[in-house]
Amino acid sequence: MQDVVLALLAKEPSHGYELRARLQEALGPMGDALNAGQVYVTLTRLEKAGLVTAEHVGQAHRPDRKVYALTADGRRRVDAWLADLTWGKPSEFHLKLVAAAAARLADPVDLVEAQRRELLRRLADVQRAALIEPDGSAAALLIEGITLRLEADLRWLDACARHWDRKG
Amino acid sequence: MAILRACGLRKEYGRGTGLVRAVDHVDLDVEAGETVAIVGPSGCGKSTLLHLLGGLERPTGGELRLADRRIDRMSETELARLRRQAIGFVFQAFQLVDELTALENVELPALLAGAGPRVARRRAVELLERVGLADRAAHLPAALSGGQRQRVAVARALVGRPYVVLADEPTGNLDSAATTEVLRLFAALRADGQTLLLVTHESRVAATADRVITMRDGALVGQTNLAGAGGGLGAFAGLEG
Repeated sequence: MQDVVLALLAKEPSHGYELRARLQEALGPMGDALNAGQVYVTLTRLEKAGLVTAEHVGQAHRPDRKVYALTADGRRRVDAWLADLTWGKPSEFHLKLVAAAAARLADPVDLVEAQRRELLRRLADVQRAALIEPDGSAAALLIEGITLRLEADLRWLDACARHWDRKG
Repeated sequence: MAILRACGLRKEYGRGTGLVRAVDHVDLDVEAGETVAIVGPSGCGKSTLLHLLGGLERPTGGELRLADRRIDRMSETELARLRRQAIGFVFQAFQLVDELTALENVELPALLAGAGPRVARRRAVELLERVGLADRAAHLPAALSGGQRQRVAVARALVGRPYVVLADEPTGNLDSAATTEVLRLFAALRADGQTLLLVTHESRVAATADRVITMRDGALVGQTNLAGAGGGLGAFAGLEG
């Protein structure tokens, strides 16, 4: 969550309400569960960590609102997040691509390709183990599960590449 | 040394606005002893590329060399001989002769290439042993499992001691256990130094190669080196989180 919010701020300074709207737009129905409180709590933590700064901006007939901007440390953290090939949930990688494209931080197709290579390398390691494991062992069953997951992830990355290739 | 070398290889169909570049200026070097996988969406041209490399189809342009011999300009007769002796083919649908036993299927190309019956028989027996099917020699293909049929097909591909074995979706008709069976055989062949080039849409099959090349719209667009890849079992740890 912190990384996604930071990456969205890399495009331009923004306030909590707008960040939440952008997250919900990117997540569609999966973003329904996202409440405003989560975004504000995240922003407060990021501010305490020195990764964003907050500025009060006055509005006519309404209370001030806080506009958040990335610090240099925050920017470095965004770059590190984009380069990180740790594979988590599809939604996290999806938001990475959306944020990278919106702020023109990186070409999403390149991010997909780097991730694809990483998963292919993992699958190669898993297959090496699979081919020497005796059939029917408990470990072979685990290896099959890991293989199926990696295959599914790689198929989804192909879909990501096609989607962003058309947009780019 | 590159055993198989394509330079600016092209295959075009149609002309004018209907021109399709099925294979679009492909440069490819396959080193002796290497296993290379070509992956890409269906229709990307990977099967056409394999057919060009194996002399099953003629390129529109470019150069193709197998063991330092130009093969793109060979006569049909020379090409037919080359396909029997210097290149081994493995297909998705096995393409065994239903009426022949496993042993007869394996020795058939040797006989067609002019080997004497006794030499061909000895070589076929040796290869069925190599693929772990010595005890199935007298079986017809129908009496074999999918994985066993494909292993017979691999034995047949090896009969002429080819420079390279070309496999087109070799596990496309196989279930998971039979896929493992065939991949184990490929791994054993690689350990023997056999050069292998396979086209597949299955990432798990591609992941057993030394190099994975991605093809899109007729062109090679990316490559991942997997030889000695990765952090071994560290790969597992990352998945558990």
